[in-house]
Amino acid sequence: MFDLLGISAPAFFGQLLIGVINGSFYALLSLGLAVIFGMLHIINFVHGAQYMLGAFTALLLLNYLGIGYWWSLLLAPLIVGAFGIVLERVFLRHLYKLDHVYGLLLTFGIALVIEGTFREFFGSSGQPYGIPPELAGVQNLGFMFLPNYRAWVIVASLVVCFGTWFMIERTRLGSYLRAATENPALVQAFGINVPLMVSLTYGFGVALAAFGGVLAAPIYQVSPLMGINIIIVVFAVVVIGGMGSILGAVVTGFVLGVVEGLTKVFYPEASSTVIFVVMVLVLLTRPTGLFGRA
Amino acid sequence: MEMKLLAGPVVALALIGAPAYAEITGDVVRIGVLTDMSSLYADNTGPGNVAATELAIEDFGGEVLGKRIELLTADTQNKPDIGLSVGGRWFDVEGVDVIAGASASSVTLAVQQLAGEKNKVFLISDAASSDITGKACNANTVHWTYDTASLANVTGSAVVEAGGDSWFFLTADYAFGYALERDVTAVVEAAGGEVLGSVRHPLNSSDFSSFVLQAQSSGAKIVGLANAGGDTVNAIKAASEFGLVQGGQKLAGLLVFVMDIHSLGLDVSQGLQLTEAFYWDQDDKSRAFTERYKKKMDGRVPNSIQAGYYAMITHYLKAVEALGSDGPGDAVVAKMKELETDDPLFGKGHIRVDGRHMHDMYLFEVKAPSESQGPYDYYKLIATVPPEKAFRPLEEGECPLVKN
Amino acid sequence: MSTAAIETLPRVEPQASLRHQYVIFAILVALAMVMPFAIYPVFLMKGLCFALFACAYNLLLGYGGLLSFGHALFFGSAAYVSAHAAREWGLTAELSILLGTAYAAVLGLCVGWLAIRRHGIYFAMITLAIAQMFYFFYVQAPFTHGEDGIQGVPRPPVFGIIPTVDDHVFYYIVLAIFLASFLLIYRAIHSPFGQVLKTIRENEPRAISLGYRVEHYKLLAFVLSATLAGVAGATKALVFQIASLTDVFWAMSGEVVLMTLIGGLGTIFGPIVGAFFVVGLQNYLADYGSLVTIIQGVIFVFCVLVFRRGFVGEIAKRIGKPL
Repeated sequence: MFDLLGISAPAFFGQLLIGVINGSFYALLSLGLAVIFGMLHIINFVHGAQYMLGAFTALLLLNYLGIGYWWSLLLAPLIVGAFGIVLERVFLRHLYKLDHVYGLLLTFGIALVIEGTFREFFGSSGQPYGIPPELAGVQNLGFMFLPNYRAWVIVASLVVCFGTWFMIERTRLGSYLRAATENPALVQAFGINVPLMVSLTYGFGVALAAFGGVLAAPIYQVSPLMGINIIIVVFAVVVIGGMGSILGAVVTGFVLGVVEGLTKVFYPEASSTVIFVVMVLVLLTRPTGLFGRA
Repeated sequence: MEMKLLAGPVVALALIGAPAYAEITGDVVRIGVLTDMSSLYADNTGPGNVAATELAIEDFGGEVLGKRIELLTADTQNKPDIGLSVGGRWFDVEGVDVIAGASASSVTLAVQQLAGEKNKVFLISDAASSDITGKACNANTVHWTYDTASLANVTGSAVVEAGGDSWFFLTADYAFGYALERDVTAVVEAAGGEVLGSVRHPLNSSDFSSFVLQAQSSGAKIVGLANAGGDTVNAIKAASEFGLVQGGQKLAGLLVFVMDIHSLGLDVSQGLQLTEAFYWDQDDKSRAFTERYKKKMDGRVPNSIQAGYYAMITHYLKAVEALGSDGPGDAVVAKMKELETDDPLFGKGHIRVDGRHMHDMYLFEVKAPSESQGPYDYYKLIATVPPEKAFRPLEEGECPLVKN
Repeated sequence: MSTAAIETLPRVEPQASLRHQYVIFAILVALAMVMPFAIYPVFLMKGLCFALFACAYNLLLGYGGLLSFGHALFFGSAAYVSAHAAREWGLTAELSILLGTAYAAVLGLCVGWLAIRRHGIYFAMITLAIAQMFYFFYVQAPFTHGEDGIQGVPRPPVFGIIPTVDDHVFYYIVLAIFLASFLLIYRAIHSPFGQVLKTIRENEPRAISLGYRVEHYKLLAFVLSATLAGVAGATKALVFQIASLTDVFWAMSGEVVLMTLIGGLGTIFGPIVGAFFVVGLQNYLADYGSLVTIIQGVIFVFCVLVFRRGFVGEIAKRIGKPL
């Protein structure tokens, strides 16, 4: 079968695995977007910039404070998440009564400001961030060499995605959250501080993006443009999965990673376009995405 | 308000004893640097181009033929319409005599035509397209530093000579990438090597692991990177991560600059072979220039594009001096072609009738971290290729100026 | 998800007198006639092309309530066709522009037919996705010359007799194209069609219950908007004598939203002000590098938070008259 496709079986499995690795980034980022949209009804266009901020925070922590990868993995999401909460308090909360479009435009503007500022200070070509020594090296899987770090990316992404899904869908805290989106006044009446919960949710979604940024830092250049290159794709993932659907975002992220990976083998030129083809097809057949609720 | 006047101290100089015979339009020579100041290529062009131009003007004491030299700068944002509207305004309204630029090839080709229509001078260092001195050539343009044909000639022939006779390409999916792949393929095959295959990736791909895997399974000795900027950087990173070099293959970067190596680090980029027209640590003259450049640029070193700015502005001012006038554009460019070029960075050379500046090109290899003595000590010289071998022969360019 | 995409637009009172609009229009025309003597005409032509693009977009978003995130497709595609027609086929200026416009209209019909089945953000995403697919096509297609663009497009005489090479002459032709298109938009907005469109924007279920075939109106608005965006793009290709990928890139779609938003959604004159503002910003801040991006971002934030009606919308509110 593989001979017919012009590719050997080992090479095919190698590409499949790489698709899963890229999918774990898509899943992580679209998860954050989905959490934010689900709870706040804000289309967070600044997500790509926040992903970039995560990577830069890790880089700056290393360069100025000597704080290494593992602490950054914890600290950068907290710092960027806190920044997200500030954004929510200062800007976003004025928009909840308005149409989604305004949230999109506002966050688009914030993204331009953040990215322009970083380009002004750090140039456009990016800076290196080393792979942590514990994860250096490669494993010979027989059909390909798998860098240890990439394997860690899959594990980390799966754990965080599952943890988030579990927290929102299966815990008491999650049920408060979901209730607060349905009927904030009622939940408030039960003595729960809804505005605080909304702020924290946004901060959490942003922290997920920053976490993805730290994970990405050793693989890609830490560059002001890294967010703008990925945000549109992640956006498409969320829409295909169904806006606000946690499970949809995660599953679609991984699946589209694989779809894109296979496109890179059979029609590489189209690998950045295939996701849009999928999006049009899905939206025309399933108006609210694969996992969306009408 | 759009002008960045750098002429403050220069004005004072010019007021003292200016001879009156020179035909300098508006009594000032205006140089416009039109380049990518903020987007994709800014680190390899942008502010560094401006700094190099300032140094060239300083070396003339801020004036030529007793008239002051004024510098304007603008950012094309890599958009042809912005390049054209700024360029047009400079030529028509602001009295700019010469534009140096102009970032991406789409902008450059457009401004080249504009300079021809307005009969001004256009000096090119940023762009790579060989069409500038080929089909699109005109009598108002000089193309200084490099082009796709020379990158291909130098990298292709030198690498095959060193034993790299089987190639696989990672090619950016646009005209620049195709031109590089096509030209290198011709060179490699002419030198007795073979091309085993290629993969075309979209522009600005963030993840190259899939393409690197395909390059690995091709079994080629050399993996040629027919792309630029962030794509090249990401490809080199992925190649290092997936152990491409440890697996016995070598990377050949077709368009890599010293700042790219700086941003990658030597751990990742060691062993990469690349072609540049200039390296800051070549000789005493280049080191002296680099010291002055560093003061303006926060300790960064110049690359070949930026060195090209210094050299071509210097030569332009010499031609104005020799001609006794800063216009019309085709007369100045004819003078530039007539005079031998001689500057501290590119040495002696000349400009061909099609506008191509002829100088040596170099194949470098990136040092291992243990070989490097300090910051920016990155390259070791592998081969020097003389201009006749490095650049495309005059007859093959289809430049209309060549026919007579 | 709400049916009307934009809920906070200034509501235009249909019975208000429109005489002041004619006065403003006359002043603007007079101003436009003398401008090239004071300001570089190429800049003015660029401003007019983008003003037309923004007006066309405003028809869709401001009056139809449909947020398209792929409008660069129509602008850039028309530019390609008109550049190709003038350069390769040697057509006259008006035929080149017409051909580009016709192509944009056909694209508008196809994309609109697909996209109007979805609402709000899903509508935006479909338009974005289709625009990205076409972007890929233009990167691949040989006739666009990839990232070099179609260079060296001639400026053929209009009707084969009126020369257009001189920027000052061509400016008045561009102005004529702009004014004709602008009047068409003005007419459309104040026609029964425009009134129904506004009804749909404000309350789609009610419009349906009143018996209007909402889909038809939306599609017509989309096609009209795409066509006029095409006029703008086709003209721009001849102004700059180049058609390139920047005009079909998604960032261009974002820019036209910015222009419309700054000027004032759903106002007659707003998009013109917004377009000239943004084009001027890009042109006159060209040497400040990244600052252009930052300033654009700040303007976006500012507009959404405190200035949702835009320049012209705010003024209209102050004086209590539609502008």
